[in-house]
This record gives sequence, structure tokens and C-alpha cells, in this order.
Amino acid sequence: MDTSEDILHQASPDLVRGSETKRAAKAARLSPSFISWLQAGPMMLVFLAFFLIPLVFVVIVSFWDYNEYQLLPAFSGRGYTDTFEGCIAQLPDLCTIGKTYLKTLKLCFMVWAITLFIGFWVAYFLAFHVKSKTWQMGLSLLCTIPFWTSNVIRMIAWIPLLGRNGLVNSGLMKTGVINQPLEWLLFSEFSVVLALVHLFTFFMVVPIFNSMVRIDKSLIEAAYDAGATGLQTLVNVIIPLAKPGIVIGSIFVITIVMGDFITIGVMGGQQIAAAGKIIETRVNALQFPAAAANAVILLAITFLIITMMSRIVDIKKEL
Amino acid sequence: MKEGRPRSFYVLAIFFAAYVLFLYGPMIAIYVLSFQGPQGGLTFPMNGVSTFWIAKLFQGTGIVDLGAAFRRSLLLGIIVMIVTVVLSVAAGMAFRRRFKAQSILFYSAIASLIVPSIITSLGISLEFRIIDDLIKAHWNENFETSMGLLTSGLGAHLTWTLPFGLLIMFAIFNRFDPRLEEAARDLGATPWQTFRHVVLPIILPSVIGIGLFGFTLSWDELARSSQAIGAVNTLPLDLQGLTTTVTNPDIYALGTVISAVSFTVITLALGTIHVLNKRQAAKGSDAGKGLV
Repeated sequence: MDTSEDILHQASPDLVRGSETKRAAKAARLSPSFISWLQAGPMMLVFLAFFLIPLVFVVIVSFWDYNEYQLLPAFSGRGYTDTFEGCIAQLPDLCTIGKTYLKTLKLCFMVWAITLFIGFWVAYFLAFHVKSKTWQMGLSLLCTIPFWTSNVIRMIAWIPLLGRNGLVNSGLMKTGVINQPLEWLLFSEFSVVLALVHLFTFFMVVPIFNSMVRIDKSLIEAAYDAGATGLQTLVNVIIPLAKPGIVIGSIFVITIVMGDFITIGVMGGQQIAAAGKIIETRVNALQFPAAAANAVILLAITFLIITMMSRIVDIKKEL
Repeated sequence: MKEGRPRSFYVLAIFFAAYVLFLYGPMIAIYVLSFQGPQGGLTFPMNGVSTFWIAKLFQGTGIVDLGAAFRRSLLLGIIVMIVTVVLSVAAGMAFRRRFKAQSILFYSAIASLIVPSIITSLGISLEFRIIDDLIKAHWNENFETSMGLLTSGLGAHLTWTLPFGLLIMFAIFNRFDPRLEEAARDLGATPWQTFRHVVLPIILPSVIGIGLFGFTLSWDELARSSQAIGAVNTLPLDLQGLTTTVTNPDIYALGTVISAVSFTVITLALGTIHVLNKRQAAKGSDAGKGLV
């Protein structure tokens, strides 16, 4: 921004000097908002082109018609009627989409509860029991490094442990606990939940830790001096103050699991239906409007969950 | 510490250690297994020790064209890293003042982070399909596709890396002392000089952190790439494709190679951050001392 002026200045100082004061005053008046636009504009454009407009297209295409091989840009509710096929006819039984969402919510709840438990105590340990800053950094880093490595690798890493001939089964058989290998260890709901917890507890640890380190230690001492037990301090002081982190972590984990199709696919042996998997299946069948309709439904449910959770805490204030 | 640690410390320390073991244990298992002998299978026990499977990957005789996918992923990762760093630092600077579209940009970033990846990915693929159809209908009937690694693929990755970059910038400037800039301005520095010689050196370690996020998140990205990458695959997509078909340690070898790149980048980035922090502590400190 300033370089062109600098160059001009170096080249012929006298030429510039005359207009300099006027220009400087003008630049000072123009600059703040204009510079902000220059600085923030490129990122805004990326979100516009690759996030906001695509979302609009998802909504539009969900109301288009389709045949076996192409999109037909004409209004149709087929994407939705195909999705909810049989939902009224089969009452009181749940239709396929109902069952799938119920299953997804169940997985979501299990993963959420487990990651919250692990995340809370890991963050608690790091925030309150690790006193030295260096150790705190080192141990946090230890938790972060797996996040920077591949998710697929962290999934397939369970195969040699949980497979039919894996470490767990052979170990249990050797010690005589079981006679036959356990089949439910891999490519099952169990392995899906295990892998999701393994992958995403990180998203719980970070925001909770962030909230906890901000807690004024003198509050805890005050609670202790006032005669509170450890449990009372935890429930009445620490948990309420760590709530923003808990909510943010929960939003991350829940939205990730709601839309997941890769972990559920790989760890469920491509056999478990889930909200995200329906979209993938429809895309693979080139039924884009049906895929888009499912995406809109998933988006609506995710949005609903987030709105409910953000009632509890103002996200913007916490960042 | 002098009073001795409470019992809860030991309980939680064991809990933490178990969590770390849970994080790393399985990964270490496949790194070890990728060094199986030529006769080795997918599980323990090891059937000899060799670099047979890793060598096989690089001979190109394996199931996927590793070399091409590797180069594609690396290229995309580096571009994503550079764009993420530049755009995040710029936007982070903008957020230090109030500006009109501030909350729109903020909520776009947060939404981009938490809207399920499959939806973003589907949206980008629909967008490019519709652009393709328009081009075919109005300009060029023989047009193939505008989807590709560096168009839709790059965009999809940026929707994932930019929110992290922006949030890290918020964290940086929360701790930043604006008086340092004022001092520079009082000494006659232009805004660019202030940024180049005062702000940038101070935030540089964290900026490298943004680069680390940018590269590793792109290098391992899967869900957003799945629909939006176009005809070619990135390395993680190839790896995912292998999970359903492969019955020998190929897949572990590929996993080990991908991880090796990740760990190299992590080590380089953390090492640089460490060196910069040390230099700052040793040399840069007097800049602030007069003021604070």
C-alpha cells in the first residue's frame, strides 16, 4: 500500500512533497475501513465462493428433479419425498430415514458422553494439577500431535488390535477368557464409537482446557477456605466456570459425529447407516437432489442442536 | 508441591497417561507392522522384519500410483498452507479494528468449521457441476470440467483451514501489546514498516503455527475432498479406498509414509517456533521493557 508512494518519494522527492500533506490527510480519512476491507476481503471471498454459495446451491438443488444420470433444473419435491418414503405408511414403525437418524443420534450421544468425560478430566489434570508452564505446554502438545496426523491412519490403526486375529482377541484366547474370537470388536458399532472417541476427544480437551486456565485460582482457594469439599468446589465453582468450554467442545463433537461418514464407513465395515452416509450413497448413485435434500435435513438438525446449545453460552464472547 | 501432591493428582495422572497411551498405542502398532517381512500379514505377530512393503510402495508396483498422489497432496498442502497463512494474518489484522462485515466474516468462519464437511463438499461439487453445465450450454460444448485439485479441491480445503487460522490470529492478538505499534508509529514508521519490523517478528512463531495447521489439515483432509476434488485422488483418499480391499501390509506402509511426512512437518514447525521464541527472549525483549 505504501510502497508505491515510497518508490515515488525516492525517485523524485520534490514531486511528491507538494501533495503529500493533502494526500496523507485523505489517506488517513479513507484508510481505516478501506484497509480493513483489503485485509479481510480475500478471506471473505473464499468463504463466499466455497462455503456460502455452495450452501445456497445445496438448498436450491434439493428442490430440483433428477433422473438416472442427470440433474433437471425444474422445481420438484422428489428429493424430499424419496427421502421420507414410507414414513407415513409405515406408522407406527419408523421408516428408514427415521431409523437412520435415531441411530446417528444414539452414536452421537454415546460419543459425546465419553469424549466429555475423558476431555473434562484430561483438561482438569492439565489445568489444575500440572503446575509448571513448560510441562503444561509439553503435555498439551502431546495431546495435539495426533490431531495433525491422518484420521484414516488412526482408524486403520485399530485393525491389528481389534481384528479376528488381532491382539485383543489372541490375548483373551491365550488367557482363556474366551474360546472364540469376539466378532463385535471390529466393524461394529463398538469400533465406530471407539474410533470416534479416539479421533475427536481433542476437540473437547482444547476448549475445556482454555476455559479452565482462565479460572482465577483464588476462587478455588476461597471455596476451600469457606469449607467446601473437593466435590462441592468442582460442582459449584469449576464446572460453572468451565461451562463455555464444555459447550463449545460439545458443539464440535456433536456436529462432527452428526455429519460423519468416513469413520462410520471404515470402522463400521460400510454396514452401518448414518445421516452422513445417506448423502454419500445418494451422491454415488448420482441422485444429487436427493443428496442435497438429505444435506438440508442434516443441516437443519445440526443447526437446531447448535442453537439449543448456544442458548447456554455466547460463543463469540468466549473466543 | 512442597506439601506433597493430593491423591487426586495421582489418580488423574494415571488417567492422563492412559489417555496418551490410547492416543498413540494403535498408531505405533501400525508403524511397527509396516516393517513386516515379505510374508507378513495384517496382524501381529511380526513375520520377520524388513522394509519390503515400504520399498514396494516407492517402486510403484503397489495398488495405487503413490508417486502421483503423493505429489498432488504435497502441492495442494503447500498452496493451502501459503494461502491460509497470508489470508489469516491479513484478516486477523483487520479484526483488530471494527469494520462493517466483521460479524459476517466471523460467523462464516465458525459456520464453515462446524457445518458437517459432507455438506460443504456436496455444495462445492454442485456449484462446479452447475458452472460446468453453464459453460457447456453457452460457450464451449466440448468443455470437460472446471473441478479439480487447484480449483474446487483448493477451495474445499481452505474452508477447513481458514477458520483455524483466523481463530489462532484472535488468540495471538488477544495477547498482543498495541503500545509496541504506537511506539513504532511515534518513531515515524509507516504502517508497512510497523507491520514488517514490529508486528510480524513478534507474531512469527504463531504464524508458523498457522502454517503447520494449514499444511497438516490439508495433507490429511478427507471428508471435504471426497466430493469436491474432481477426477484425481489425494493420498488420504487413496488410503481410504484401500481400507476395504487390501489384505496385506501395503496399507500400513502407506500409512507410515503419510505419517512420516506429517511428523517431519510438525517437527520442523515446532523446532522453528522454539528457535524463534528463544531468539525473541534473548534479543527482542528490550523493545518492550522500556514501555511496560
